[in-house]
Amino acid sequence: MFEATQTNLKNLRRQNISRGLLGGMTAILILPVILIMGTLIYKGAPVMSFEFLFANPTNGMTEGGIFPALLGTILLVIVALLASVPLGVAAAIYLSEYAPDNWFTRAINLAIINLAGVPSIVHALFGLGAFVIFFRFGTSILAASLTLAIMTLPVVIVATRESLQAVPMAFREACWNMGATRWQTIRRIVLPNAVTGILTGVILEVSRTAGETAPIMFTGAVFFLPFLPQGVFDQTMALSLHLFVVSTQVPEMPEAVPYGVALVLICLVLLMNSVSIALRMYLRGKKKW
Amino acid sequence: MVNTAREANNADVSSVPIKLGVENLSIHYGNETALEGVSFDIRENEIFGIIGPANAGKTSFLKAINRMDLFNPDMRVEGNLSFSGHDISKVRNVYGLRRRIGVVFPLPVGLPLSVYDNVALAPRLAGLKDKAELNVIVERCLTRAALWDEVKDRLNSLGSMLSGGQQQRLTIARALSQEPELLMLDEFSIAVDPVTTMRIEEVLKELKSEMTIILVTNLVQQARRLADRTAFFLEGKCLDVAVTEDLFTGEVTDQRTRDYVEGRFG
Repeated sequence: MFEATQTNLKNLRRQNISRGLLGGMTAILILPVILIMGTLIYKGAPVMSFEFLFANPTNGMTEGGIFPALLGTILLVIVALLASVPLGVAAAIYLSEYAPDNWFTRAINLAIINLAGVPSIVHALFGLGAFVIFFRFGTSILAASLTLAIMTLPVVIVATRESLQAVPMAFREACWNMGATRWQTIRRIVLPNAVTGILTGVILEVSRTAGETAPIMFTGAVFFLPFLPQGVFDQTMALSLHLFVVSTQVPEMPEAVPYGVALVLICLVLLMNSVSIALRMYLRGKKKW
Repeated sequence: MVNTAREANNADVSSVPIKLGVENLSIHYGNETALEGVSFDIRENEIFGIIGPANAGKTSFLKAINRMDLFNPDMRVEGNLSFSGHDISKVRNVYGLRRRIGVVFPLPVGLPLSVYDNVALAPRLAGLKDKAELNVIVERCLTRAALWDEVKDRLNSLGSMLSGGQQQRLTIARALSQEPELLMLDEFSIAVDPVTTMRIEEVLKELKSEMTIILVTNLVQQARRLADRTAFFLEGKCLDVAVTEDLFTGEVTDQRTRDYVEGRFG
């Protein structure tokens, strides 16, 4: 009754082949991750210490710690977030909930996609021209963060718009049918149910900016500073630029230092990502439909 | 045909004020015509049944009344719809219009709020904040929708997590919470068991004294049980409007109506 026919056997064989093939691809995918993390931990671990994280660099950056760079990167990301999140979320709400579907909206959407495709070095030059020179912010945390913000704006908008669109249309219509205005509907139904997606998406995307080098090297990040930044108009050190500097610009650098800096940078990004993932897991458990 | 429908209208209830006037109403989606040249009046405090097979334009008709054409750029409404004498195409405050009209569509939508907040939403949107008043409204509407006994101990659980039939009754309770002048029900019993359906039908009969009800239904017998007058829609046209009993027993203008109500259709 249940004997396998020729066709059954053929399908089974194909099934095994495709599973093997797809699994193999996945394995290849995680290989670089393991290699990178392994190398960094193996070579960077020797310099890891409390002092490395929380002391100033000394002796031409070959000794001491990386605290100013670590702090600088965190500051840059936070200020960039403060600028890009309100702007991006507001624009995404407009585009998703209000904008009529016409050529103008489509043009805006196209512009956003194009903005995401602009190389970071071009953003850097734009930031230099706009924020450093035109707005007279000088090379400062503010100018660098705004440059990063412009760069992350498209991903913030796209992530937000997708979270908003994930809220079923039926909820909006049910609400409108009761006589709710668009804003009442957004405020009471759409946003509360999209906010988790927005948060996780934004954190995930923006954490990548921690590693960006080009946009900040003309606009606010410097090779070396003997003191910590006191405000947003000060220049700062940053991990990504520091990594570039200790890898290529300083003679007689101990080999472990660049690996240590890279390890700290990657851990910082992973930390932000895991916050986002933890948030997502926590909130998925509270899914409302 | 339109004329005969009019006469049937006038013969019976002409002394009651008109709640909803429909004059030569046509609805199009792009190039598709959903409804064509429909005219009749719906009187205050009547239950007006609309029967007809799928694709007859019944739901489109309800959408036009609630100005849902504004949600869908493809949808065009022509002709005249008047609500308590006001041309609804000229109403600038569509929110005020929709607040006076409660709608229940066949697919239940429990909003992702607590059961309580689902029912309290419409009063809150209208600006009501008083907790005690809200409590009264929530209990009354849930009771009328035959849902109170099942949810009274878990008003804080999510409305969107209730079963399909419960969500349907929640949707009804929400529509009632608007204290509408006109209640439009589109196949409300589709996800509700027969016993509960009967309970809701009893409630509808009581509500008739407070509001006008349009009842779109696939169940011909439901229209017969509830509706004072009934219209038969077929392929975008309104073939008959008559006092419900007449539709079932007396003269009908169109043979197809008779075939439909007697189940000899197709």
